[in-house]
Amino acid sequence: MTQLWDFAGGIHPPENKHQSTARPIRTAEVPERLVLPLQQHIGEPAAAVVEAGDRVLKGQVIADVADGLGVPVHAPTSGVIDSISELPVPHPSGMTDRCIVLRPDGEDEWIQLHPATDYRERERTEVLELIRNAGISGMGGAGFPSNIKLRPPKERKVDTLILNGAECEPYITADDMTMRERADDIVAGLKIMAWILRPGRCIIGIEDNKPEAVEALRTAIEGTQIELAVIPTKYPSGGEKQLIQILTGMEVPSGGIPADIGVMCQNVGTAVAVGHAVLEGKPLISRVVTITGEAVREPGNFDALLGTPIDHLLAQAGLMPEQVNRLVLGGPMMGYTLTTTAVPVIKTSNCVIAATATELPAPPPEQPCIRCGQCAEACPMELLPQQLFWHAKATEFEKAEHLNLFDCIECGACSYVCPSSIPLVQYYRYAKGEIRVQRAEQLKADRARERFEARQQRLEREQQEKEQRRKERAQAAAEAQAKKKAEAERAAAEGSAVDERAAKAALVEQALARKKAKADAGKPAASAEVPAPTPEKPDLEALEKQLTQAQSKLETMQGMLEDAKAQQADNVDKLERAVAKNHDRVQRAETALTEARQQLAAESPTTD
Amino acid sequence: MAFVQQSSPHARRARPTSRLMLWVIVATLPGLLAQTLFFGWGNLINVVWCVTVALASEAAILKLRQKPVAFFLKDNTAALTGLLLGLSLPQFAPWWVSAIAVVSAIVVAKQLYGGLGSNPFNPAMVGYALVLISFPVAMTTNWAEPALLWDGAPGFGDTLAAIASVQQTTVDGWTMATPLDEYKHKIVSLTAEEVVQHPTFGDGVARGWEWVNGAFLAGGLVLIGLRIITWHIPAGVLGGLVIMSLAFGSNADLYAPLTLHLLAGGTMLGAFFIATDPVSAATSHQGKLIYGAGIGVLIYVIRTWGGYPDAVAFSVLLLNFAVPFIDHYTPPRTYGHHKARRGVPGRTQG
Ligand code: SF4
Ligand code: SF4
Repeated sequence: MTQLWDFAGGIHPPENKHQSTARPIRTAEVPERLVLPLQQHIGEPAAAVVEAGDRVLKGQVIADVADGLGVPVHAPTSGVIDSISELPVPHPSGMTDRCIVLRPDGEDEWIQLHPATDYRERERTEVLELIRNAGISGMGGAGFPSNIKLRPPKERKVDTLILNGAECEPYITADDMTMRERADDIVAGLKIMAWILRPGRCIIGIEDNKPEAVEALRTAIEGTQIELAVIPTKYPSGGEKQLIQILTGMEVPSGGIPADIGVMCQNVGTAVAVGHAVLEGKPLISRVVTITGEAVREPGNFDALLGTPIDHLLAQAGLMPEQVNRLVLGGPMMGYTLTTTAVPVIKTSNCVIAATATELPAPPPEQPCIRCGQCAEACPMELLPQQLFWHAKATEFEKAEHLNLFDCIECGACSYVCPSSIPLVQYYRYAKGEIRVQRAEQLKADRARERFEARQQRLEREQQEKEQRRKERAQAAAEAQAKKKAEAERAAAEGSAVDERAAKAALVEQALARKKAKADAGKPAASAEVPAPTPEKPDLEALEKQLTQAQSKLETMQGMLEDAKAQQADNVDKLERAVAKNHDRVQRAETALTEARQQLAAESPTTD
Repeated sequence: MAFVQQSSPHARRARPTSRLMLWVIVATLPGLLAQTLFFGWGNLINVVWCVTVALASEAAILKLRQKPVAFFLKDNTAALTGLLLGLSLPQFAPWWVSAIAVVSAIVVAKQLYGGLGSNPFNPAMVGYALVLISFPVAMTTNWAEPALLWDGAPGFGDTLAAIASVQQTTVDGWTMATPLDEYKHKIVSLTAEEVVQHPTFGDGVARGWEWVNGAFLAGGLVLIGLRIITWHIPAGVLGGLVIMSLAFGSNADLYAPLTLHLLAGGTMLGAFFIATDPVSAATSHQGKLIYGAGIGVLIYVIRTWGGYPDAVAFSVLLLNFAVPFIDHYTPPRTYGHHKARRGVPGRTQG
């Protein structure tokens, strides 16, 4: 006997299951066209690998995911691809999505199948690849690609493999009927998954309101190590976290996954699909769907090809169109309403309820919360639904988050019991959505800020580099200046005027000297006695050098000025003045040079 | 085909607020019956009068606040407030005292705070405390002698006349101090044995009162059985009271004995019907226990060392003050978390 634990809260809504368990699973008729959405699970949408007009065989891959999380889509029967177009798909928002439309040809011709009955002799990764290639994603909840789920991270050993046959939602009996009629297939699939994972324990959990299923499975597991746990009927015991708690007493850490505590849950439908994929080589092309509700005359379960439009199934169940008031996909607790019956059966579709107005009546008007706490008592996650509601309503999302809003599994137990008929779950969805939007925006804002900061940094760096260059230039200029000065001093020391004033003085001296020379022209001895160091001619070389230096400095200053202007630096004025000054200097140097040249030219006849 | 669009869940349990309140009302009936049998027509007349005033004032104030009158009247909460006051007030409380209590409960304590669900204080107890402070004489001298119906006096008409009279104390012949009052005042000078000689105590714990409290206890247990209230608050109240009386009042010559605390006065009515008013009580199970225990302890403290013989109203109101604080520190530990997240973000915790 497997030890059982209880989970907090929970409710006992009327089960409404007997309606759809009265008949065995019926094979649904193949419709005129099958609509296969390219995205039937969490992850990347598949890309079509066929084109309109192609003939495909049953089980042939018609769409695949090249890279990323995803599994292929297969043709459920042989036929011709009609089109690839946007069509309504099962989604709470009533949206459309890309779908491959297949027109069956009635031949039902299979592709070549490659069973792997010898899977135990193969590599595990190879078997996982078979499961992937069979297009299997979880058939209970969100539809996570099964091959990925069956390959938990290395450091997370799965000790307990749980097969979820609880099926706690009212109305739904797809798993129940599968367990009753296909217990051997389930066990075969479970064995394959157990072979892949090598868990210490394998437990099948079933609610005690399904005695036939329990019996069938009990027979099927005879002689195996598999444990069968019959658990008390209480909603939501089929919730993954709750079932794990019931069967192991452990809790999945918040924000974690079951593998974190060494547990994995698989749905019974998934087990059947895995068995078929490995042992028969057949991909996932059909599933069991419960069609029920008071608006159908013959409720029951159908083995329907994926892509079968729901109206086709409803018709076979004897829909009374004038009676339908609400059409729910999934169970009454967590399912969502459909806007059209044109949507197809996909890998995760388990139930369609065509409810009359009296069956699922409109909720009474919302009344104020009276803080009765019934919601908290019903909550399986031990949240404070009333406070969450309060904060969500007041858009105090931070507080709602602090009260673990994101641990809410949206089971609806709180809404179910609320005497004030407050649609609590709706508020949580709203709050979660808003928080996600805010987070996304925050992320975007953060990114923008990061980008801005990076740009700022880059500009600053550039500025600094420029500054650095400027300093270097300034230093180089200063050095040059110092050198020049030193040279000038040296030159002055040598008696040669380098400075313009010195040059002028030199010119004056020269002029005086000339006069003197002219005056002394008659006395050559005296002329010969003219002291050697006194320059008789202007030093052209020095003047030229002076000019080039002044010119180069002017250029440098002009360059700096342009830079400064481009950066709108505040030293523009200063630089402008400096440039003007240097300009003058160049001109003066030029004048001095020309004068010197003229003088030389004038002098040459006399001196010669 | 156009289908109804609706967010999940699509099914709900049909037990609306109005029904819950109705159940609470029904569960008080044994107590009311016992009151009528042991204390005469007073409480019955009070109840009818108080409920009438409650409905009328609720309708008037809803109209003033431009709220849908019928929608809210149908939730039965106003009727329940009136009923609880009718059950708590002295049997011969003058009609205008009752009316003031009810009007202040409905208009001030409930609607001026925002109506159903928004009132931080228990409306009935606000009304009760108000008249207790304002009209202490009317509120303490109008308690009926126990076992009136058995002894045959006074009749319905006399009672009605007494209640309807404008005078405050016209019914001397039929009234008597309550057992708690009597005990408290006499034990100072007398022994326990002498004190319980007073007819208000009868042969048991407190004549009539023990039956009334027993009947309210029974009604309360029914509410717990129907899962309309949880056991936490009543258990807290009674537990707090018991612990205090065991700790301080074991000597009957000094303080009222435990049995008297449990079976006299408004103990059971308070524990099961008044303290459990969800709107003004703590919410989590742990919080409810603390809230209830706080009320129980305060009832004992006020009865024993305070100025009022019964103390349900003040205790409940004082703990109403503490509710946000209690709620703040008693959230449950969520599945998958190591510990509960106490307090709110941004504030210092602990
Ligand atoms: S069940 Fe409804 S009325 Fe009661 S506390 Fe929760 S939200 Fe409020
Ligand atoms: S919907 Fe969320 S808050 Fe409500 S009971 Fe379920 S888990 Fe708790």
